[in-house]
Amino acid sequence: MNEKILAIITTAPDLVAGGGSPVFVTKDEEELLERAFLLEKILDAMVHKLNESTYIIVKH
Amino acid sequence: MDKETLAITLGIIFGFAARLRLLQSDYRQYPTYPHGQVIHLALGLIASALGAVAIPALLKPDYTAVTFLTLAAQQFRDVRNMERETLQKLDETELVPRGFSYIEGIAMVFEGRNYIVILAALFTSAAVMFGGWITGVVVGIVAIVLSSLLKSGKNMGQIGAVYEVPLRVEGASLYAADIYLMNIGLPDNRKRILENGVGIVIEPLNASSRITISNLGQRQAILHDVSSILGVTRDSGEPALTPLAKLDLKDGRLGLVTLPQEKNIPKIIQVIKNVPVLESAVRKPNQFDAKKQV
Repeated sequence: MNEKILAIITTAPDLVAGGGSPVFVTKDEEELLERAFLLEKILDAMVHKLNESTYIIVKH
Repeated sequence: MDKETLAITLGIIFGFAARLRLLQSDYRQYPTYPHGQVIHLALGLIASALGAVAIPALLKPDYTAVTFLTLAAQQFRDVRNMERETLQKLDETELVPRGFSYIEGIAMVFEGRNYIVILAALFTSAAVMFGGWITGVVVGIVAIVLSSLLKSGKNMGQIGAVYEVPLRVEGASLYAADIYLMNIGLPDNRKRILENGVGIVIEPLNASSRITISNLGQRQAILHDVSSILGVTRDSGEPALTPLAKLDLKDGRLGLVTLPQEKNIPKIIQVIKNVPVLESAVRKPNQFDAKKQV
């Protein structure tokens, strides 16, 4: 198992509980996408969409 | 010139010629630089000298000389390790790596070719010793032709049908026709993959090829070859733009997304058809005999 969640970005913090990876809470979807894009570039890890309000950054 | 000297000389010449013929730089771009080639030519020369000496030494009779052959085999096993290590190091800097199976296959070929050279030299010198120099030349030429035949193995085109399929995105999921590939979070990346990507499906022709196609090393080799020949729209820090291959578990078809810089569909299909079938990926369930007692 090499996959690891490096970060969670969400607009609905009540749906996400901290479990070892940092959680970034954003106001709206626009900010969510912008944050996800930045983290993708910084961490060189892939952005996956879990649902409309939550994205995760996964190192493959 | 006495017979032994003639046998050894002709053996070395034909052995070396066989190595020269087997050493070609193709699209795999390896070995490309003169130094890399010199290493293999020098080893080929040593190999041919070893092969050429064996029969004259036996006839002399100088049996201790023959024991050196075993020593030589040990030497050539190191060739494989050397190639493997070099290629693995280089693989870390590739945007689309070759993968371990492909590297192992290449390394194995380098070792095998030295043995072919030994055999070619051995047969040539034996022919000179038992026949004459004319027989030697004929056997040498036959050995070189045979060694060129050994060079080629099967390729993907022989075990599967390759065709283009449309890529589509459903929500955040990317599909090649009906085969699920991956989840892409950012809309921008989805757009870029739809723009630059080409969806390909490889359909196995029988049960044996189904297993070969499902081998992860074989899939990586396909992706690497496509990327190295047609370029790849990818960079570090762009993890979403990854050429990828996933199986349809129901019928064994392999769905690929490739991101070539040159979007030439017939050429992509041709490149995939020419990808060698890796030795480590070959299985032959068709040859299993249920009636036979083990």
